[in-house]
Amino acid sequence: MTKTILEFEKPLIEIENEIQEMELLNTTGEKDLSSEIEKLRNKSHDMAIKINKKLSRWQRVELARHSDRPHSLDYIERIVTQWNELHGDRYFGDDHAIVAGIGHIGEFKAAIIGQQKGRSTKDNIYRNFGMASPEGFRKALRVMKMAEKFNIPVVSFVDTIGAFPGIEAEERGQAEAIARNLFEMSKLRVPILIIVIGEGASGGALGVGVGDRLLMLENTWFSVISPEGCASILYHDASKKELAAESMKVTALDLLEMGIADRIIEEPLGGAHRNYEKMAHIIKDVIIEELHKLIDKDKETLISERITKLENIGSWG
Amino acid sequence: MAWFTRKSKNIKTSNEDKKEYRDGLWIKCNNCRQILYQAELTRNNHVCYKCNYHFRIPANKYIELLLDKGFKTQFEDITPRDPLKFKAQKKYKDQLEAAQKKTGIKDAIRVATGSINSIPAIVAVMDFSFIGGSMGSVVGEVISRSAEQARQEHRALIIVSASGGARMMEGAYSLMQMAKISAKLGQLSDAKIPFISVMTDPTTGGVTASFAMLGDINIAEPGALIGFAGPRVIKQTIGADLPEGFQRAEFLLEKGFLDLIVPREQMKIKLTELLGVLHGQTTYSA
Repeated sequence: MTKTILEFEKPLIEIENEIQEMELLNTTGEKDLSSEIEKLRNKSHDMAIKINKKLSRWQRVELARHSDRPHSLDYIERIVTQWNELHGDRYFGDDHAIVAGIGHIGEFKAAIIGQQKGRSTKDNIYRNFGMASPEGFRKALRVMKMAEKFNIPVVSFVDTIGAFPGIEAEERGQAEAIARNLFEMSKLRVPILIIVIGEGASGGALGVGVGDRLLMLENTWFSVISPEGCASILYHDASKKELAAESMKVTALDLLEMGIADRIIEEPLGGAHRNYEKMAHIIKDVIIEELHKLIDKDKETLISERITKLENIGSWG
Repeated sequence: MAWFTRKSKNIKTSNEDKKEYRDGLWIKCNNCRQILYQAELTRNNHVCYKCNYHFRIPANKYIELLLDKGFKTQFEDITPRDPLKFKAQKKYKDQLEAAQKKTGIKDAIRVATGSINSIPAIVAVMDFSFIGGSMGSVVGEVISRSAEQARQEHRALIIVSASGGARMMEGAYSLMQMAKISAKLGQLSDAKIPFISVMTDPTTGGVTASFAMLGDINIAEPGALIGFAGPRVIKQTIGADLPEGFQRAEFLLEKGFLDLIVPREQMKIKLTELLGVLHGQTTYSA
């Protein structure tokens, strides 16, 4: 697999390559380079921290859609034991842009929803680039209603540039499917954890994104539309996406400040794509911690707190 | 070369003779291109009396159309802000001010409580002429409070939509209004108070994908454009022209997402009939 390297990642990658070369030399044993390597390691560590601090909003967007970034199933296979994917919406078909299933996360049983992007072109076509169709939202709702019936919590991974804008999606009621999910999720009588693992745009993200806690990985974004979409509509120029990202304030930190996100989940240094195992481990710990806070609440409290949180979102005079 | 030649040069109509054709008296229909007499059009609820095309109308007109005399407007003290200090050539603040000046309302919605042929109701109407009827925090808050009031006072809730979707200048705040309103409608639904959604031209994006599609009964005006993605975006995605009538009210009725298409002039009587069955005492007879 060829690795994608973003512009701001380059200096970091250069040092790492250097370290690798030195390590190779070190094993030949001609000269002891351990102290040199150690120095470089420190340097790379400091540099990664520095880069991370200076990232612009647009650069976070780039990280959120990094082609090596882990997707829902990458986490699910590392976090969920006895995972069984469940298919189909019982009306029309099975949407591959959303996966749904049941299994265990630590000591909890859980229903898991995940918006799924592909990595190769072929895979991406199969997943429709993570853009869900009505049947995807309806499958997710079916599995969530089942979770409600059997009293198990829901964990939903959000990662989409938006719901699919196509003729068939419209014919089958894209708007209705999303609306129905918002309506039902707002009063589902089991805990719902939402975790934004990459991108989260528009009703496509929100359609599996209403819950008790909205958690965002450090390098993710969540907004009403993609920066490119906003730029092309408002500025009549899609290339002004950096400005749009700045204007709409789309990052995890922004959303925390807006009172929409509840928590930011720290990523391994340099981003989730640089250490799948560590990222999955962190997410798993957070899920378990968060579920512990929600699991014993009585249903009325759970739902009234969920709705109260939504009621407070917005800014008006 | 022209087919006909002028007999005499410089023929002019004096302004005296032209005065009846001044702006505001006559209007061209967007659909049939016929010239319509403004006063007659107004009498006809801004529906073309030649081809039945439904013109977009200000929110207050729709409220007058639906509610009995003596209604009370609400929530006009809720005003928009620029929470993100949005960067654009035309500042969001200035855009808001211009829209307020143009429409005389604070944001893209107007609400009134009253009755529909004596049935207690609260009517929220979106106004497309206010920044494309876009939904930001104010629209979200006003509709949420309307739903809450409907629940408290056992009033039927009617929302008349006309919107391009969520407002980009308030970013994720706008997006979350979809969830907020849907949650409030969930509570209203659990309280068994009817909510009827009336979609007018156009109803798209986050408005369709939240409250507009969640009515106990979904109604549209004839010919209204209703969809999630806008036609331009879909055209771009698929790289082909869209079928005739795509995303029009009649198309949605055919696909099963609307209960009824109702012409504007019949809207009040239809709502009265429907609410007469759904709202009020639970008895099996009238």
